[in-house]
Amino acid sequence: MKKIVKGAAAVFAGMMVLTATPLTAYAGEYGYTYNYDYWGDVQESPDFYNVCKVFTGADLGLDKNLSNPDGIFTKDNKIYLCDSGNNRIIELQRDSAEKLEVVRIIDSFEGDCDVKTLANPTDVAVSDEGDFYIADQGNARVLKLDKDLQYVQSFVKPEDNTLDPKLVFQPTKLSVDSAGRVYCIATGINKGLIKYEADGTFSGFVGATPVTFDWTDYIWKKFASQEQRAKMESFVPTEYENIFMDYEGFIYATIATNEDKASKKDNAVRKLNLMGSDILVHNGEWGVLGDLYWGSGGGYEGPSIFTDVTVMDNDIYVCLDRNRGRCFGYDDQGNIVFCYGGNGNMNGYFRKPTAIDHIGHDLYVVDALDNSITVFVPTEFGQLVYNAIEEFDQGKYTESGESWENVMKQNGNYDLAYIGIGRSLLRQKRYKEAMKYFELKYDDDNYSKAYKQYRKEWVEDHIVWIVLVIVLLFIVPLGIGKTRRIKHEIDTADIFMNTQDGEK
Amino acid sequence: MAAITKEKYDHYIDSLKFALYCISHPLDGFWDLTHEKRGTYAAANTILIATVLIRILKLRYTSFIFVTVYWEDLNIFLYIASILFPLSLWVVGNWGLTTLFDGKGRLGQVYMATCYALTPYPLLQFPLMIFSNFVTVDEKEFYAMVSAISLVWAALLVIAAMGQIHEYTAGKNLLFTIATLFSMLVMIFILMIFFSMISQGVSYFISLGKELLFRL
Repeated sequence: MKKIVKGAAAVFAGMMVLTATPLTAYAGEYGYTYNYDYWGDVQESPDFYNVCKVFTGADLGLDKNLSNPDGIFTKDNKIYLCDSGNNRIIELQRDSAEKLEVVRIIDSFEGDCDVKTLANPTDVAVSDEGDFYIADQGNARVLKLDKDLQYVQSFVKPEDNTLDPKLVFQPTKLSVDSAGRVYCIATGINKGLIKYEADGTFSGFVGATPVTFDWTDYIWKKFASQEQRAKMESFVPTEYENIFMDYEGFIYATIATNEDKASKKDNAVRKLNLMGSDILVHNGEWGVLGDLYWGSGGGYEGPSIFTDVTVMDNDIYVCLDRNRGRCFGYDDQGNIVFCYGGNGNMNGYFRKPTAIDHIGHDLYVVDALDNSITVFVPTEFGQLVYNAIEEFDQGKYTESGESWENVMKQNGNYDLAYIGIGRSLLRQKRYKEAMKYFELKYDDDNYSKAYKQYRKEWVEDHIVWIVLVIVLLFIVPLGIGKTRRIKHEIDTADIFMNTQDGEK
Repeated sequence: MAAITKEKYDHYIDSLKFALYCISHPLDGFWDLTHEKRGTYAAANTILIATVLIRILKLRYTSFIFVTVYWEDLNIFLYIASILFPLSLWVVGNWGLTTLFDGKGRLGQVYMATCYALTPYPLLQFPLMIFSNFVTVDEKEFYAMVSAISLVWAALLVIAAMGQIHEYTAGKNLLFTIATLFSMLVMIFILMIFFSMISQGVSYFISLGKELLFRL
């Protein structure tokens, strides 16, 4: 008996080894790029982005290696990188995707100002005129320098009665609109974005995040004592993580998702208009909040935390998750376009991603622990998807449909491809075919649009038959009733009754 | 085969047609159902089978706008049980309670009346299922309303039926409806305890057997 058990154990162990080896081999090859389908299931996808190159300080030819870089800003072909740990900003020229050249290093400036150096600059923005706006966190100010690095003005802590006077102003992230107004996020200020007019006056807070709370928390709080209440989380808006101004002047702002209170339909991104209200289009099945599964895996758990966002010219916005080190792309309808990345030491993986920006379709991701910039370029698959989306936006519906067909050939599990083909067919007035594609991916809104037209066409084509059927439906019972009544009258007529009686 | 005579068949059809009278005249209808012996078990079974069948058909033939099914996760037996299990709990629970408080209905009669009360479900859901394929999301409200009506109607009929077959007053009937719901919960609780005890008992003997095998 023992022998049998031992033998079985050996066979079992052998099988374990056999099955385990291919498993470990798979782990590296798959799971880099994926997608969420209608049901929220993870669908493997061909890679959407490839790593083109990873730049470290040495690759850029810098004297000192980068230290804790925290912000990145791109304009035309220039990249501005906040080398926060070294108190400087590096201006780079992008010659090609794999070639970046240092133009200048900004660590001090001239002009009528006491402190002429930077201390822990965490974000930078450049206006259309070429003026620099720098979140000079260590010096508690937002600096404005002109393009020759002459001091222009600084934006300081807003004078507002509701702010704690002891609070040190620590601007972290900022954006500048075309009129020179500055929007900025500062540590410890949760009333929304701090808005400065172009002349430096503070003009108010915009777009505070809505306060969310559980009603159970609310009830507990009612019964809690003063000390208990102090220990509880208070119902206050959360601070924004980061902001980005898109090409139209709308501000995309990211919020950290609260694991306890969030549902999978919530958004972690807000698109703010001038009034500060959220106008993000959200027609996707799932919220714009990154990963849908928050369980522990690989040492990381909890929801994705979008540390930065960038919006491309085709309205696709890419969010950077600092929790699992992933990039999430969403289209203008809030549908997920791609997810990729992860935490790790290989190229294309991150250790502590802090910022993302784009030039064209290329993505630049800054890693604060790795002290590097990773350049991602779209793969053939990614380029196809972008083509399909852009062609549709330009009104080239047939071409868009063909592009989506090619996308589908490469990835049959891609919901957007089906819906894209459907939308293209819908525009070409091929309703019946469009309906089929929408039904496959459960897109009820688009299906209804197509079906409404199809139904209209059908009714118009068959109007004669419909009228005929309706008329028949009315006339036949009417006729039957009439004949019956006549028959009844004949049967009960006196003359016949009499003869019948007579026969009896 | 010989059992199906013309007379029996006619009686069956009559009792099936009587369901239509019951749902429009519940008080009168359910009284006659048992007291005048207008209902048959065959008709009750037919209605129940129709209900289960419609519920399954709905999965496949309702437009995806209203019903989206995650087929990978669907267990058809569990789905059928989602009607049959609460129904049997209701019937047993109701009979068990009312028989202690001078309810006149017998177990079979409770079953028959409950099945008859389900009639609006297949009657409304079947046309609704076909209709759903000819509407858009804008007309969604209509579907939801008719669907809700079929459920509420059936629920009211169940309550009315119980009152009539047990010969209860309205107040007493409502009281026992609520009590029956509680008894259903109690039965679920007992069943859960029962099954967990059984599975623990079984696993005890399995581990005993394993231990024995190792020591041989």
